[in-house]
Amino acid sequence: MRIKSQEDFWAGLMFIGFGILAIFVARGYPMGSAMRMGPGYFPTYLGAISVVLGAILTGRSYRVDGEGTGRWGLRALLWLSAAFAGFGLLIEAAGFVFALLALIVASSLAGRDTRPLELALLIVVLIAGSVGLFVYGLELPYRLFPWS
Amino acid sequence: MDALAAVFPNLFLGFSVALSLENLAYCFIGVFVGTVIGVLPGIGPLAAIAMLLPLTFKLSPVAALIMLSGIYYGTKYGGSTTAIMLKLPGESASVVTCLDGYEMAKQGRAGPALGMSAVASFIAGSIGTLLIGMFGPPLAEVALLFGAPEYFSLMLFSLIGAAVLVQGSMLKALGMIVLGLLLGIVGTDVNSGMARFTFGASSLADGIGFVVIAMGLFGFAEIVANLEQSSVSRDLLFQKVKNLWPSWKDFRQSWNPMMRGTAVGAFFGILPGAGPTIASFSAYTLEKKVSKSAKMFGKGAIEGVASPEAANNSASQCEFIPTLALGVPGSATMALILGALTIQGIAPGPQVMTQRPELFWGLIASMWIGNFMLLVLNLPLIGLWVKLLTVPYRILFPAIMVFMAIGVYSVNNNPFDIHLALLFGVLGYIFIKLKCEPAPLILAVVLGPLMEENLRRALLISRGDPSVFVTRPISAGFLIGTALLLLVMILPAVRRKRAEVLDESAGGEAPARL
Repeated sequence: MRIKSQEDFWAGLMFIGFGILAIFVARGYPMGSAMRMGPGYFPTYLGAISVVLGAILTGRSYRVDGEGTGRWGLRALLWLSAAFAGFGLLIEAAGFVFALLALIVASSLAGRDTRPLELALLIVVLIAGSVGLFVYGLELPYRLFPWS
Repeated sequence: MDALAAVFPNLFLGFSVALSLENLAYCFIGVFVGTVIGVLPGIGPLAAIAMLLPLTFKLSPVAALIMLSGIYYGTKYGGSTTAIMLKLPGESASVVTCLDGYEMAKQGRAGPALGMSAVASFIAGSIGTLLIGMFGPPLAEVALLFGAPEYFSLMLFSLIGAAVLVQGSMLKALGMIVLGLLLGIVGTDVNSGMARFTFGASSLADGIGFVVIAMGLFGFAEIVANLEQSSVSRDLLFQKVKNLWPSWKDFRQSWNPMMRGTAVGAFFGILPGAGPTIASFSAYTLEKKVSKSAKMFGKGAIEGVASPEAANNSASQCEFIPTLALGVPGSATMALILGALTIQGIAPGPQVMTQRPELFWGLIASMWIGNFMLLVLNLPLIGLWVKLLTVPYRILFPAIMVFMAIGVYSVNNNPFDIHLALLFGVLGYIFIKLKCEPAPLILAVVLGPLMEENLRRALLISRGDPSVFVTRPISAGFLIGTALLLLVMILPAVRRKRAEVLDESAGGEAPARL
């Protein structure tokens, strides 16, 4: 049989996967009874519902047509992920300014048409603006530089 | 008239709070910044509010709430401008405004379209404010009769409602709700003190913040999806916007649609789980049905702008009724606003109205003021908004990334949250690819712990007997409503009709988020 709806097929598998994970993890928590529900009660049932919904979806993907998932923009995904990860890693170690610098540079690389002059301008404006607004204006307690 | 008389002292208190110079200023900042963000395509109200949350940290609860709701209406208003000028809905509730609004703009009538959208929003918003004033307090009194079973059934009703009314596959929406409920459970179990689904990470002991999830799913993922499109087509109509004030004929033509739109909006606003998007779609469909000039719809009919814009705004307003009166958010955006209240140290619920009247009525009054400001402010500023539309996306999205990162980080000052938001961003991108609508998920995240708590309590009181949910009348009512919603969805005839309606009014192309 041929899968008619890629997106339903994979969405179904995703729900099954999350459901099984939930049941598997919740297995370590006491179930209790309906009257005195333990910490495992609610998540176990939710996991089971997720598996059932996922199974129906996957089953249906052989019958009902879909549009397909289309092209995946991995380049943008990777650079934007790097931007966030960089910000998270640098914010405490290297301070607000360098974390923002990494974030802005990695973000713009996610686009296809980065222009050096524009990027430089963007860096100056965004960092100055954020420092002014958040650190001086709203007095959020962030270290600006590694040496400050 | 009794209800009206009872409203006045309350509204008076409200206006005395909202008209303070400080609160007026925050209301103004809120609607202004909100409009700016709403005009920029790709950021909806949810991401906007999450992103701007840090701006409210230092404010008093009243001012914070006023500013956040100002941002909310502002994004809605900005969304309509983008819809009319660019045929790009800034947020999903303005999808239908594109249909006739953009046609009008193409015919050189962008001015009246924008003007009518502002007028319709203002009138609907004013009626909405009055409705909250009238129905908020009695509903809060009813809410005091609610016990655990009622709350559980109400929340179930909201969630199923959100699944049924969302565009696309209902099965997937149900799956997203279950996922959301599971995510809501992450953290320490109140009853046993046991850490659940934390995978050993101490940062997860307090659960996953909704700002983190909202930012990942609605901000990050959206940017990735936007960037992969080779070039976002922008057929900006570079015309001078003139004659903003609609003609007398336009008004005559729009008055009834506006009123019907307001009524439809109020209905869907009060209904938990529905909200502005579905309200604007329904209003448009209704107008097309009853209009004598149905042929004109989609070809630049001003009714096609007036009615959904009114519905959109009256629903945004009336959404606050269940949220504030019952403490149960009716939509993802409302969940975020409730979350902001919690950050301010206020436990949401029916008692807010009696214990903090200045907060409640101040907010209500400022809603009206906010709508008024949008009307006076935006007509002259329309040129500025149109100019803003010409800023290229390659400059915008790094700025959005900066605001998102700071927004996420500033809630707990914990870098872990950034990485978690990144994880949800990737997940959100997968959701977009698999055509799974994320809005029901985030609503479920907020309702999850409440639902479990109330389920536990209800079953504890009934000694484990589940019949408690059907023997108590209010709870039974919600469950019957839930069953009807599900039944209606399963009936094939209705399903076809729903697909047709959603498809038709969306022009078969609009990817609605939230």
